[in-house]
Amino acid sequence: MPTTPNSTRPSRTRLIFRLLASFCLLFTVVFWANKGAHTGWSMDRVPVPQLDEITGIEYVTYDDRFVPGVDWLAGGIGLAALLFVTSLFFRSKPTQ
Amino acid sequence: MKKSIFACLASLALTGAAIAAPLSFDFKDPKGVNAVQFHLDSLLEPISGTAGGVSGTVSFDPADPSATAGTIVVAANSLVVSNSMMTDHLQGTNWLDVATYPEITFTLSSLSDLKSEGNTTSAVANGTFTLKGVTKEISVPVKLTYLPDALEKRTRPGNKGDLLVVRGEFSILRADYGIQPGQNEDKVNPEIKLTVAIVGSAPKA
Repeated sequence: MPTTPNSTRPSRTRLIFRLLASFCLLFTVVFWANKGAHTGWSMDRVPVPQLDEITGIEYVTYDDRFVPGVDWLAGGIGLAALLFVTSLFFRSKPTQ
Repeated sequence: MKKSIFACLASLALTGAAIAAPLSFDFKDPKGVNAVQFHLDSLLEPISGTAGGVSGTVSFDPADPSATAGTIVVAANSLVVSNSMMTDHLQGTNWLDVATYPEITFTLSSLSDLKSEGNTTSAVANGTFTLKGVTKEISVPVKLTYLPDALEKRTRPGNKGDLLVVRGEFSILRADYGIQPGQNEDKVNPEIKLTVAIVGSAPKA
């Protein structure tokens, strides 16, 4: 009896997980790069050097804003990898 | 005539006494400039931060800087770094335990190796440094800059007085003060570099 190769179509859940992984990876990298590609730890208050003109003292004030660091990058890439690995658990469905 | 000469001499004597009297400088700066900056080498990047809660008084005589004495106090809970989680760790029981030890102090006992040039005096400040409840004798190279009549320029018109700027830089070993002795030395350097740049004011009555 002749055999015909089974064709498959991707599982919808697998596709959703892979799209989510791609989005997560892209968002993480773009957000990190857009905020200055800081290679240290993430900051939620950013030091701003100031100068007191009368005394000549250089001092620091802090701006309350978030700057993602490599921990953010690692977390985002890790989450994307986790989503991708999860997608592998959803098998493609055979059409026949 | 005799009376006027006497009055003149008396006023000169009083002025001289007033000039010679040491001035008391308050280091609680209303502009919030005063801070001690700290710096530790660490695994990914150096940990740098500031402690802005500076107070204390220093008695300084412009005519005799060697007689300088006083105490500078830093509120331990004013120590911050640019990451709030790291700040919490730093202030927590494993590191500085600011709830138990709320103050970091330096009490100046004497100045040595004085060199004066104009209004600036370079010296070595000898005194006791207390951190996390441990007190040790230390010597810190400092530069004192006396700015007569500069308070008004810095604050508001009519607020007459003088300023004293103190600058210094020194290092301590965290193990000496019971801060994680012998622990995490591969991640956080045992040496802490401290930079002081503070200003005190002595208003004229």
